[in-house]
Amino acid sequence: MHPALSVIFFTTASGAGYGLLVWLALYAALTGDADPLIGWVGLPLALALVTAGLLSSTFHLGHPERAWRAMSQWRSSWLSREGLAAVLTYIPAGLFAAGWLLADRNDGIWSIAGLVTALLALVTVYCTAKIYQSLKTIPRWHNGFTVPGYLAMALATGGLWMLPMLALSGAELLPIALPTTGFLLLSAVIKWRYWAVTDHAAPTATSGTATGLSSLGTVRLLEGPTTSETYVMREMGYKIGRKHAVKLRQLAALFGLLIPIAVLAAVLAMPGSGIMAGGLVLLAALSGSIGVVLERWLYFAEARHVATLYYGAEFA
Amino acid sequence: MTSLPTALPASAGGTKLGLVIDLDICVGCHACAVNCKEWNTSGHSAPLTDWNAYSADAEEDGDEGAWGVWFNRIHTYEAGDGADARTVHFPRSCLHCETPDCVTVCPTGASYKRAEDGIVLVNADLCIGCKLCSWACPYGAREYDKTEGVMKKCTLCVDKIYNENLEEIDRVPACVSTCPVGARHFGDLGDPDSDVSQLVAERAGYELMPEMGYKPVNRYLPPRPRRDKAEDIGMPERLADLAQRVPAGETTSGASGLLGWLDTMLSR
Repeated sequence: MHPALSVIFFTTASGAGYGLLVWLALYAALTGDADPLIGWVGLPLALALVTAGLLSSTFHLGHPERAWRAMSQWRSSWLSREGLAAVLTYIPAGLFAAGWLLADRNDGIWSIAGLVTALLALVTVYCTAKIYQSLKTIPRWHNGFTVPGYLAMALATGGLWMLPMLALSGAELLPIALPTTGFLLLSAVIKWRYWAVTDHAAPTATSGTATGLSSLGTVRLLEGPTTSETYVMREMGYKIGRKHAVKLRQLAALFGLLIPIAVLAAVLAMPGSGIMAGGLVLLAALSGSIGVVLERWLYFAEARHVATLYYGAEFA
Repeated sequence: MTSLPTALPASAGGTKLGLVIDLDICVGCHACAVNCKEWNTSGHSAPLTDWNAYSADAEEDGDEGAWGVWFNRIHTYEAGDGADARTVHFPRSCLHCETPDCVTVCPTGASYKRAEDGIVLVNADLCIGCKLCSWACPYGAREYDKTEGVMKKCTLCVDKIYNENLEEIDRVPACVSTCPVGARHFGDLGDPDSDVSQLVAERAGYELMPEMGYKPVNRYLPPRPRRDKAEDIGMPERLADLAQRVPAGETTSGASGLLGWLDTMLSR
């Protein structure tokens, strides 16, 4: 599949933003602490990531001005459900932010607003993942790894972005750093299994079943319908060199897993927190985000669409 | 509404319209695709735009190559190996599936399937151009119109097949009326007694990628078995007989002496 930058940015930025909202809500509910630094940096950052992601996803639309219509078909469409969940999340998020930033309150009803925000944030990420998981035409997406992968990476990157604020406000890092490390490892395990399984999966369909000519023998494209590339070839026929795929997977593991975990381990081993620790965990957050962007690029670029069977692919 | 409708039963006048394409006689001339483009560029989903149509050079937006919106694409495949290999011309368009995911994934209600005849259409006034429907189609049938910013697809010439301004004989899709070899048939595949259903039954017509579960309505008729023996193609008996009696090659294995030497020299 063609890796459109707008969609890669949308899924990774909104994933991190919704993940951060979850951690902010849990922090508020568990500590009841309305630390102004964490609130004034964390909430705008989370909402900016989410909003920028959503706006970016409308950039690739042919008619962005009609985007509001996308919320109407929630009965059948995961894309519609995602849009609806994304907009609904703003309501409790607004209350949560108002309590924390304007009323300096993070208890009672305000923390409940936070928990509702967290729930809707997770629902939104779930819907995003379901858009891809539900496509039977793309075997690399239509499997059990897509939904847990999106959720785990959203919580991992959200946690990584939560840590710099905790460090700067002097709060304890461990309660967020530990689960974040857990979600980083979980993401890595999911992706490792995803590649191990999907690299060697039996084909969903072949050029023989696509044309129905398999009884005559193997089916090969002799002549395509056009002299230059059609829309389907441009959108679905993206090819990535195997050599590059392996290198990019290694880079994704380096930036997305190894560097953040090494940095977190170093920070936790150091006594106290502050500017130094804040700088280091910011580095971990940046590295982790680069890793997830690489992963997402591969998620699109490596995915093969069964329609490519009509254009020369022998199986998909 | 992108939830799939309940098909109107045949007793209430409901049909399941589709195409039957005969791969045995298609010659791959692309006339169906050309007439499709010609009819539809001023029909229901008009216009079917093209980019860089007269040059393969990149335009200002860096989009290289000539490309455009076509509802019908003609591929040519080679199936089998060696002497048994066959060349098969293969027209491909929307199959108007009974359970199409391209409709259910649509977030706006622009994509829809008609209850009365099963035709899958796009309402260009509602489409936001998110392209998800094209991702959901296993058959590569939908093509995005970059100029209009909306998705387009085969309409089964919905503006032609019911058009009472046309002679009744012309009320078939453009691809069907133009096919010079009669490889394309149009009709109600929901009615087992219709001509197209009879043809499918007779020729073992099949659906493409049944494993995807989309239940396409269109059917393809397989190439007939190869007939390469004289009697298979109705050659007069005497000629068929002669053909069998012509020796494959004279044997010279028994030649000796001068003849043997000549045979060796000439065989070099």
